[in-house]
Amino acid sequence: MSLNEEPVRYMERTRAYYRALGYTRDYVWATHDEVPFARLTRPLREARIGLVTSARPADGSNLDAQGVRHAWSGAVDPLPTSLSTDNLAWDRESTHTEDRESYLPIAAVTALAREGLIGGITARFHGVPTEYSQRKTIDVDAPAILAGLREDGADAALLSAL
Amino acid sequence: MPTVMVGSARDIVEHCGIARFLFTDFPLGNPCGHPWEAAMQKDIVTAALRLLETATGPRTTVASPHAWKPDPEWRTRYNRVDPADRERLLAIGEERRRSRREAQRRAATR
Repeated sequence: MSLNEEPVRYMERTRAYYRALGYTRDYVWATHDEVPFARLTRPLREARIGLVTSARPADGSNLDAQGVRHAWSGAVDPLPTSLSTDNLAWDRESTHTEDRESYLPIAAVTALAREGLIGGITARFHGVPTEYSQRKTIDVDAPAILAGLREDGADAALLSAL
Repeated sequence: MPTVMVGSARDIVEHCGIARFLFTDFPLGNPCGHPWEAAMQKDIVTAALRLLETATGPRTTVASPHAWKPDPEWRTRYNRVDPADRERLLAIGEERRRSRREAQRRAATR
């Protein structure tokens, strides 16, 4: 594998970029010594899958008057036409996000349910805010997403992060 | 809750540590496949969902065999720092800090 084919070192790249922007403290990415792992309790072909995205609602409705972003949900049917990716970090020079399926694959998962790979897709997908604060993600947003998935009867979750 | 993630920032995800990770070596923005290529997207999502059943422990990473488009330079673009751009980048940073201070002031006086 040549240097050109190695996965991009995003942490290194991001640190250099923010230093160039004049920030003096590097971002500290989340890291965990202990990583939870749950097994499927039923065969995949019977499991109902819930989707989780880092995209935002197009109308900004998950932002409250205090400027705080909240976990949010949307229906998978009818397919959501547009979500917002404007304020997320992605490579605007190399690609685009006009095809929602390229980052939130509702139609693909629905087709795989129809074909029997999985038992089904939940009626809603859930959106998780991307936050500087790891505390908010762990203490507020993740429990809200988990509660939503359980309410929907999900057996497992597929997170696709831009 | 059993979980699997599809994403393209391998170093960040593995630094964090998650249960199951399908790595797609694409520019950030399209973790589930090239835009408008439904067959590839379905293939990638299938590989991710299968991991729910096949992974036996946490920090399981599987790399998708799909490659990005013929575009050898894509890896160099995201957040690149060009020395000739120094002043412009510092100005962008200053503007961001100014906006943030302004937002914090507004929140404090609400």
